[in-house]
Amino acid sequence: MTLDLSKAKKLIESYSGKKGILIPLLQDIQKEYGFVPNEVVKLIAKAFDMYPSKIYGVLTFYTQFYTTPRGKHTIKVCQGTACHVMGGKALLDYISDKLEIDDGETTHDGLFSLERVACLGCCGMAPVIMVDKEFYGGCDFKRIDQILQRYKEKEDN
Amino acid sequence: MTGRIQVCAGTSGVSAGADDVATSFKKQLKEQDLDSKFTVVETGDRGLFRDVLVDIIFDDGTKTIYERVTEKDVQKIVDSHLKQGEPVKKLLVGKDYEQFFKDQERIVLQNCGEIDPKNIDEYLERDGYTASKKALKMKPEEIVEVMKGSGLRGRGGAGFPTGLKWQFCQKAKSDQKYLICNADEGDPGAFMDRSILEGDPHAVIEGMIIGAYTIGAKEGYVYCRAEYPLALKILRHAIKQAEEKGYLGNNIFDSDFSFHLHVKEGAGAFVCGEETALMASIEGKRGMPHPRPPYPANEGLWGKPTNINNVETFANVRHIILKGANWFSDIGYKKSKGTKVFALAGKVKNTGLVEVPMGMSIKDLIFGPGGGMKQKKIGFKAVQLGGPSGGCLPELLIETPIDYESINETGAIMGSGGMVVMDQRSCMVDIAKFFLGFTVAESCGKCVPCRIGLKRMHEVLEQLTDGQGTMEHLNFLKEMSQTVIDTALCGLGNTAPNPVLTTIKYFEDEYLAHIKEKSCPAHVCTPLVDFVVDESKCIRCGVCYNVCPADAIEWKKKETARINQEKCIKCKSCITECPVMAIS
Ligand SMILES: Cc1cc2nc3c(=O)[nH]c(=O)nc-3n(C[C@H](O)[C@H](O)[C@H](O)COP(=O)(O)O)c2cc1C
Repeated sequence: MTLDLSKAKKLIESYSGKKGILIPLLQDIQKEYGFVPNEVVKLIAKAFDMYPSKIYGVLTFYTQFYTTPRGKHTIKVCQGTACHVMGGKALLDYISDKLEIDDGETTHDGLFSLERVACLGCCGMAPVIMVDKEFYGGCDFKRIDQILQRYKEKEDN
Repeated sequence: MTGRIQVCAGTSGVSAGADDVATSFKKQLKEQDLDSKFTVVETGDRGLFRDVLVDIIFDDGTKTIYERVTEKDVQKIVDSHLKQGEPVKKLLVGKDYEQFFKDQERIVLQNCGEIDPKNIDEYLERDGYTASKKALKMKPEEIVEVMKGSGLRGRGGAGFPTGLKWQFCQKAKSDQKYLICNADEGDPGAFMDRSILEGDPHAVIEGMIIGAYTIGAKEGYVYCRAEYPLALKILRHAIKQAEEKGYLGNNIFDSDFSFHLHVKEGAGAFVCGEETALMASIEGKRGMPHPRPPYPANEGLWGKPTNINNVETFANVRHIILKGANWFSDIGYKKSKGTKVFALAGKVKNTGLVEVPMGMSIKDLIFGPGGGMKQKKIGFKAVQLGGPSGGCLPELLIETPIDYESINETGAIMGSGGMVVMDQRSCMVDIAKFFLGFTVAESCGKCVPCRIGLKRMHEVLEQLTDGQGTMEHLNFLKEMSQTVIDTALCGLGNTAPNPVLTTIKYFEDEYLAHIKEKSCPAHVCTPLVDFVVDESKCIRCGVCYNVCPADAIEWKKKETARINQEKCIKCKSCITECPVMAIS
C-alpha cells in the first residue's frame, strides 16, 4: 500500500516558522495516519533541516507515538497503583490471553491493539481500562467480556 | 415548579454513563414540555465516586441529591419529583455521602461539581475573575509579599514556597519570561489536577493570570497529559471564553498587561512532570531532565526565566488574593498552610477526591471521609502516600498529621496527594516491586544510577517474589537504595527507592517471610501461592466458585470449596474475592 503523503506535507507546511514544533507536529501526523510512517519522518527531517535520528529519538522516547500501524481500537489497561491493588495486572493478563496478543501488539483482524499504561488517572474507579477515548471503571473479567463483545458486534453490523 | 438539574459529568461520571443521563433528562423535559422550566447542566466531578450523581435544585433553594442514577431512572425522577414534588427515595444519597463531605474544607474544589465548567458566566457569578482584576491593580512586589505571607507551598510534590519562587522569577531580568502550569499528573494514584481542570478550569487560568502578571510573563503554557481528553477539551474551551471576555490576550482587563495562554499536550512520559524535562518537551525534544542550577527562574524555557507551578497550586491563588494572606495561613498546621486535595483510592469504602485542612491525621481522613475499610473483616495494612516517590506507612503511623515535614519524617512524602489504602491482601514486597517496575519503565536513561541501579533493584525484587530471595538481597536493596538516592540526576531517581526503603523499614517481616519461608503472607506472589482452600477458614459462601473464569472451583451450597489444580489458571480471582482470605 502506498501512502498518501499530501496530508503530511500540508501539516508540515502549517508548522513552518514556528518553534517547539516537533511533538505537536508528530501528534498531528499520528492523528492523521494512526501512526508516524517512516516516509513522513524523512519529510519532516528535510523540511526542518533535522537529522532523522533526532526525530526517531523523540518518537521512541514518548510512549504515545507509534511507528507501526495500530488496530482500529486501542485498549489501554491501567497499571497504576490503585488498579494494581484492585487487580489490574490480572485484567491485563486476561485481555492478553483472550485476544492472544501481548502489550503493544495488534490482533490479526486489526480490530484491537493492546497497551499497558502507567496510570489513567481515574483511580477512584479502579481497576480501569480505556478503549479509544472511553473509560470503563470497576472492571472484572465479566465486564471485560461485555466490553470486547460490544466492539466486536459494532464491527459486525 | 422551576429549577436546575446538575449531572456530575467529569471523567468518573462519564465513565458511569453521565452523558446518557444528561441527554435523557433533556429529552424527557422536552417531551413533557418542561424544558422551559428546568435547565440541565453538566458539571465536573464532585469528588465522591458514586457512579452518576444528580442534583435537583428548585428555585426556592431546596436541593435533592441522587446517586447511582442511570438512564432508566430519569423518567421516574421527572414524573415523581419534578412534576409532583415527590423525591425518588431509593436513589437518594445516604450516610456515605454525608460522611464523605462532612469533614472536608473545600477551597480548591469548591466549584467542582457545582458549576458548568463550559460556561464562564457561572464562574463569574462565584466571584470569578475578581481576584485577577484586583491583582492587576497591585504592584508585583505586593503580590509576592501576599503569596509569601500566605505560606502556600507547591502542591506538585516538593512543597516549595510559591511566593518565594515567584519572587525569584519576578526579580530575574529578561525581555521575555514564561509561566507554565504543570498538568502532567503522572503519579499513579493521583487525579486531582484532572478533576480541577475538568470542574473549574477558570480557577487555574485565573491563578495563572495573577502569576504571569507578578513575574512579568506575556506567554504561558499549560502542559497537560494527553491521557486526559476531557480536561484538555474543557480547558481549551475555557481559554477561548476567557479570551473572548478580554481576560486573556492583549491588554487584559483593559490594562497594559498582555498574557497569551497556550495548551501543550504531553506525549506520554512520566519524567516530563519533572520541571526541566517538561520544558525540554515543550521545546520539542526528548523529555530528559538536566541538573539544576541553572534553575528555571533564571534559565528555563528557551533559556528564559520561567516559573512553573502545579494545577492545584494555581487554583489556590485567587482565594489568597481575594481573602488575604492571613486568612490562608490561619488554615493548616505548622509549616503547611491551607488545604490539600487527596486522591483516595484502593481498599477504602469511599473513593474519590477529598480536600482537608493540613494537619488532619491520615487516619481521620481514611476513616472520616473515606468511611474506613471496604471490607471490614480484612483489616488495614498500609497506606501509600506520594506515589512512586513516596512510601507505605503501617497502622502504627496513621495518626501522622498531614503536613510536609511530618510525612517526610516517616520516609514517605506528601507528593501530589495520591493516597492508596491497602488491606491485608496487599503484599508489601509486591508493592515495592510494582513501584520500581514503574520507575524502571519511566526512567529516561540519562543517568546511570537511575537507569541501571533501579533495574538491578527490580531484578532482585523479582527474585524475592519468585521465592529465590536471600538475605544478601535484602542488604543489597538497602545499599543500592542509598546509592541511587545520593547520585541520581533528578527527582525521579532520587526518590524512586522510597517505596523499597519504607516497606523494608515497616514490613520487614514480610520480606523475611518471602526469603526464609518462601511464603507470601498476603497470597499475592503467584509462585509462592499453592491455590488451596483452608477448610478451617472457608465460610462456604461460593464467591470463589462464581468468580472463577476457568471453572476450576468445585463447590455446592453449604460445602467447602475445592480447587481443581488441573483446571486452575492461577489468575487469583478467587483469592482477590474471598471475603475471609481462606485461599492461600
Ligand atoms: C519525576 C518527577 C515527576 C513529576 N511530576 C509532576 C507532575 O506530574 N505534576 C506536577 O505538578 N509536578 C511534578 N513534579 C514536580 C515538578 O518538578 C515541579 O516541582 C512542580 O511542578 C512545581 O510546582 P509547585 O511548586 O506548584 O509544586 C515532578 C517531579 C519529578 C522529579
